[in-house]
Amino acid sequence: MKLDLNVNGKSVSVDVPPDMPLLWVLRDVLHMPGTKFGCGAGQCGACTVHLRGRAVKSCQVQASTAAGAPIVTIEGLSPTGTHPLQVIWKELDVPDCGYCQGGQIMAAAALLATNPAPTDAQIDTAMNGNLCRCGTYLRIREGVRRAANNAAAGKGKETL
Amino acid sequence: MSSAVLDRRSFLRVSALAGGGLVIAAYLEPVGNLLAQGRGAPPAPLVPNAFIKIARDGTVTIIGKNPEIGQGIKTTLPMLIAEELDVDWKSVKIEQGDLDPKYGAQSAGGSTAVPGNYLPMRQVGAAARQMLVAAAAATWNVPEGDLTTASGKVLHASSKRSIGYGELADKALTMTPPDLGTVKLKDPKDFKIIGQKITGPDNDAIVTGKPIFGIDITVPGMQYAVFQRAPVFGAKALSANLDQIKAMPSVKQAFIVEPQRGAQGPPTAWGGVAIVGDNWWLLNQARAQLKVEWDQQPNATDDSAAFTKKAAEMAPNPPAQASRSDGNVDQALASAAKTVEGAYFYPYLSHAPLEPMNATVSVKDGKCEIWAGTQTPANGQRNVATALGVQPTDVTIHMVRMGGSFGRRLVNDFIVDAALISKQAGVPIHLQWTREDDIRHDYYRAAGFHFLKGGVDASGKLVAWKNHFIAPTGSSLGAGEFPARFVPNYAMYTSPLPSGVPTGAMRAPGSNGIAFVMQSFVDELAHAAGKDPLQFRLDLLSGPLVVPPPPDPNAAPAGGRGGGGQAPGWDPMRMKGVLELVRDKSGWGKTQLPKGTAMGVAFHFSHAGYFAEVAQVAVDANKRVRVEKVWVAADIGRQIVNPLNSEAQVQSSVIEGMSSLMGWEVTVKNGAAVEGNFDDYQPVRMRQAPKEINVHFLQTDNNPTGLGEPALPPILPAIANAIFTATGQRVRTLPFSKQGYQWA
Repeated sequence: MKLDLNVNGKSVSVDVPPDMPLLWVLRDVLHMPGTKFGCGAGQCGACTVHLRGRAVKSCQVQASTAAGAPIVTIEGLSPTGTHPLQVIWKELDVPDCGYCQGGQIMAAAALLATNPAPTDAQIDTAMNGNLCRCGTYLRIREGVRRAANNAAAGKGKETL
Repeated sequence: MSSAVLDRRSFLRVSALAGGGLVIAAYLEPVGNLLAQGRGAPPAPLVPNAFIKIARDGTVTIIGKNPEIGQGIKTTLPMLIAEELDVDWKSVKIEQGDLDPKYGAQSAGGSTAVPGNYLPMRQVGAAARQMLVAAAAATWNVPEGDLTTASGKVLHASSKRSIGYGELADKALTMTPPDLGTVKLKDPKDFKIIGQKITGPDNDAIVTGKPIFGIDITVPGMQYAVFQRAPVFGAKALSANLDQIKAMPSVKQAFIVEPQRGAQGPPTAWGGVAIVGDNWWLLNQARAQLKVEWDQQPNATDDSAAFTKKAAEMAPNPPAQASRSDGNVDQALASAAKTVEGAYFYPYLSHAPLEPMNATVSVKDGKCEIWAGTQTPANGQRNVATALGVQPTDVTIHMVRMGGSFGRRLVNDFIVDAALISKQAGVPIHLQWTREDDIRHDYYRAAGFHFLKGGVDASGKLVAWKNHFIAPTGSSLGAGEFPARFVPNYAMYTSPLPSGVPTGAMRAPGSNGIAFVMQSFVDELAHAAGKDPLQFRLDLLSGPLVVPPPPDPNAAPAGGRGGGGQAPGWDPMRMKGVLELVRDKSGWGKTQLPKGTAMGVAFHFSHAGYFAEVAQVAVDANKRVRVEKVWVAADIGRQIVNPLNSEAQVQSSVIEGMSSLMGWEVTVKNGAAVEGNFDDYQPVRMRQAPKEINVHFLQTDNNPTGLGEPALPPILPAIANAIFTATGQRVRTLPFSKQGYQWA
């Protein structure tokens, strides 16, 4: 089935089965492997992208559902890789293996876009669907806090 | 110095990397052996040119030789080189080395990278520095002794001249590399990089989604592959509906891959059914229609509940073997003022790294090229060569960053599968496992059953300890396991329980289960003695050591960890040091906590590291548990190479320990693993992560040792002991979720 997708601000046409998960359209059809496969069951969040501005698990979104709607992946979060979360993630050395971190950043970015000053409880709730098997949670929590503070203070090249 | 490190490492209690499958007799292979196996002949002496490239503009490229699984070794080892090379860290670029004998041993496992490389990598950097100094001396025609270095420059103080390494690089290459044993190393007080908080070299790529993991690899002409192994471990595919599968969308080929078996141990390739084609997701749609006839296996009746029942039946019977017997334990128990009994259990565990196993392999014209994450690339090379019937030198391995591993990729089974599929398909293939493949086809942390009796005398002193260890195949225990040496009457009895479940090493192998048992039972005895659990442990460590009788040279060792009845020779004073430190840092005994909230303590020695941990835990009336704070005190020697990464490894270990405490069990039914995804095999999530994990290093004048593993074992009993103090309930069976507990 021919579908028109809008990924990171660009229009692309793909010919895929309508029920193919967005994750695999991104990875194997559009060759954008920043979005990761961890479980295929909506359990781990490694495949988190933004669809219409909301964080979704792309392994659970059918390609046909995503057609026409703006999709943002970790590759497109910031054209220069300087989103406040990306900056602070490097500064705090948040990643261990790093496999989940694209999904973590996308989940955190969706949170901060709607709630620029989240409480710890709000951070925990928003991030609870994203597993980190290495257990970097304390630095993720700190990273979200600090990115919010930095953005509020006008630091970083880009706003949330 | 290096031999002292090796001696210490020989005390490492490493678990069996055991083969299950059809082999009932335990096939024990300590991790150290496994890592050593792949090294083959001793490598040629390390030369600086193998590790360091200096461009004319002064840019320094350093090769990280070891596999990166998230432990940070791609940062740590280049730091050691850069320090002695005397360059600014900001001028350093890091590249991952492929598998190559010029790098010496390349592996990730056993927390061996720092103890094994701390000196050699520094020597490599110092040798390169010496060559640059020699080049400058020749250029200026001055004695080398008049020259110093700093920030990537050679300096001649008396003439105030300086020259950048980049300008010297060509000339330095012509210098004869010095003998690494003779090079002068920095005084640690002059360190500028070692001991600094250095961030990971791949962070940029990680936060922008660059393709750096095995799953991201594509090569020209590549097709995807999915692979169906038998649900029952070791079963062979007899036939399958291949014609129907081949007619499905995207499928180009479908075929049976025959298993391959070595002389002993697990199969070198398990065999199964491969489906090859253009689109991985569509191949899985085809796979869902796959119908395979598997042969019958003797282990098809393996069953977790049956193992538990059998172990309980075996417990009161005479053991198969007395691994150690000090004093007279039965007499001491009979005369003890108080005795305690406890039946403990830890289950099979799957490693479940977030990136499921994968490998990209091209087999062509008798050569094989591999892009894959592996903790033991040299073993992988050898295993693939054997499977393909080629020489190891015909197999090239490109090492890629791994999305976690935790011991899973010590075994290269999935790479061998991929090589066999590529050979049979005649095209390069990318084999990608599903999460369910990953959890159901692991080399599991072995389960273990412990039936313990202990006794204290009227003064509250520990006088007797008896453990009947019922060991499913692959489970093993050193005969010197704590509290051996510290209690006058100690008996370690072992009886094997045959199982066909494949087992292997998982982060802190052996220790990750045993510490829960030993440190929980010590706690039980402390409470029975009416003593403070932390002070009870300090008293135990302070008492005179019980000298063990000489080991019976005719007695077979109980397993791979203890080294034939030798007591591990760890130092009680170092353990006391961390125990006192964690007591002071946590405010143990001095903090008023609300009802239902308590602290628990535990310590454990593994992988040459001394760790004592305190957990502050709240438990509500519905058995909902919150780990509020954790304190970790660690002694891994005199130098913390990278404090940033070190703290991360400790936090990671604590959180992994919490996962196995509460959430993890792989159950076996009809010879197959039941759990398959993160809904029924749940790691700790963000909401459950403690607010604080406080890490304190006690730096002692001992050689630096590894940190990937030894922080994990004590956290399970520390939390379990806190739950007991908070509730009066002693839980002896992992995971706690199956005992009515859940995270708050």
